[in-house]
Amino acid sequence: MNKIDNLKKYIVKDKLKLDCGKEISNFPLAYETFGELNEDKNNGILIFHALTGDQFPYGINPITNKEGWWNYALGPNKAIDTNKFFVISANVIGGCMGSFGPSSIDPSTNKPYGSNFPVITINDMVNAQNFLLDYFKIKKLFAVIGGSMGGMQVLQFVSNFPNKAEVAVPIACTASHSAQNIALNELGRQAIMADNEWDKGKYLENGKSPSKGLAVARMAAHITYLSKKGLQEKFGRKLQERDALKFGFDADFQIESYLRYQGSVFVDRFDANSYLYITRAMDYFDLTNQFNGNLSDAFKGSKTKFFIISFTSDWLYPTSENREIVIALNAIGADVGFIEITSDKGHDSFLLDVPDFLNSVKNFLNNSYKNIHEARV
Amino acid sequence: MKQEFKIISSLINENSKILDVGCGNGELMKYILENISSNIRGLEISKKNVQECIEKGLTVIEGNAELDLGQFPDKSFNYVILSQTLQAFLNPEKVLYELLRVGKKAIVTIPNFGHWKVRVDLLFKGTMPVTENLPNEWYNTPNLHMCTIKDFVTFCNQRELTLTKSISLSGKKVSYIKKSNLNYKNLTSELGIFEIEK
Repeated sequence: MNKIDNLKKYIVKDKLKLDCGKEISNFPLAYETFGELNEDKNNGILIFHALTGDQFPYGINPITNKEGWWNYALGPNKAIDTNKFFVISANVIGGCMGSFGPSSIDPSTNKPYGSNFPVITINDMVNAQNFLLDYFKIKKLFAVIGGSMGGMQVLQFVSNFPNKAEVAVPIACTASHSAQNIALNELGRQAIMADNEWDKGKYLENGKSPSKGLAVARMAAHITYLSKKGLQEKFGRKLQERDALKFGFDADFQIESYLRYQGSVFVDRFDANSYLYITRAMDYFDLTNQFNGNLSDAFKGSKTKFFIISFTSDWLYPTSENREIVIALNAIGADVGFIEITSDKGHDSFLLDVPDFLNSVKNFLNNSYKNIHEARV
Repeated sequence: MKQEFKIISSLINENSKILDVGCGNGELMKYILENISSNIRGLEISKKNVQECIEKGLTVIEGNAELDLGQFPDKSFNYVILSQTLQAFLNPEKVLYELLRVGKKAIVTIPNFGHWKVRVDLLFKGTMPVTENLPNEWYNTPNLHMCTIKDFVTFCNQRELTLTKSISLSGKKVSYIKKSNLNYKNLTSELGIFEIEK
């Protein structure tokens, strides 16, 4: 826990009224920055992380000692070029990497909030992170970028703050969480809550850990991040360190062993209650409904230039759902580009080394920055 | 740049809002963007071409003109461009009406199947014509609905679509197509370039 206490944080003094009705203030946002903010303060990029991400997209995460989650896309000379841009990355509220979340200590009880933490939404996450821009005195960002839940935050950000970003890149996401995705999230939540060690959310104060439930949640979710073809090619029916089936329930197959491993490493770095709260925020996300069924209204009046990206093998946030956003933007004559990248790597494609994807992002950002800021000189 | 693109560009007023349907690798869009209007975007079906457009800094939407024009509101563009693609659609008539719904004006170019070289090929060789403008063989051509300039003019007249400009291109030679010279231009033009209003 000490290590998390030492992470870089901005304490938001302002009051933030949450969608659930509760009001919070004096809460921490753990963040990191990469690159340098230029004199005109026009090269800022706010990136939003996905469900299990954090403020460490690049370099080595000091808590997990693992590589950052967007090392392929972000860094010097990469798609999001930190030689050029000043990148801000914050842990969402509800998270467990130092920002205000269910593992934070409730000052009124001196115990972790646990299940007493307020239910938060994508809207709340975005409003919280917006305070960071005041801290950096950035009036207008160059870009907001994010994949999956990060993409939902991009959409919500532009909707809430229509002229605070020149360009927006929502990747592999949706404007309205589908029944299938709610179902899959519910599966994960039930796995956690079915673990006795969850203890109605009070496991931290009672010295327990629902790691079995959380591991199962992660295993189920992990399958949804990959494609059938990708799994078949990588694992097929290959056996795990054995020549024949053992007629038992050990991990006979490599895919079983792989999933078990993914589950076991996840519990070391993620808080079960955060998993409940963040998946809930995703399920509640319905930007179309926020605007009475007309998604276009979410972006009315915005001068932001959009670039929407989906992946062929992503069945969690399929091309059709990304296209809905394109259609809504075209309906109001917004400036929008769209590409579907060919990849067998499923939803996870946006985190992986997919050259067509990385090149598209790089070209879009560099050309847009040149057109907006350098052509004027 | 292709002569065809120069003519198309010359038809467009400055600072218009433009949609290039089937924009290919973005060559025409880039020229228009740099010289005529920054308010231009493309719709393109090929992923490779979409990538090339993004490299050029162009706004492009990956999509199929036969399915995806519906998302644009009525008269949301001053010009909608369709360069040498009409003949490749399953339903060119429907696409043309969509172009004229989305755009105040449409600029449509068609490779002329009435050109004398095409006629000679078929008449003397007895084989499907392969020319500079129609480089594919019968078995691999994307062109489902080839037409002549005369066919296209008749088609528009029958539907009371107004051809505000009709231009013939043959090699580098540019001339106007009129009622009086239609049969002649139908023989000598390699390409017809039309500005259409509904």
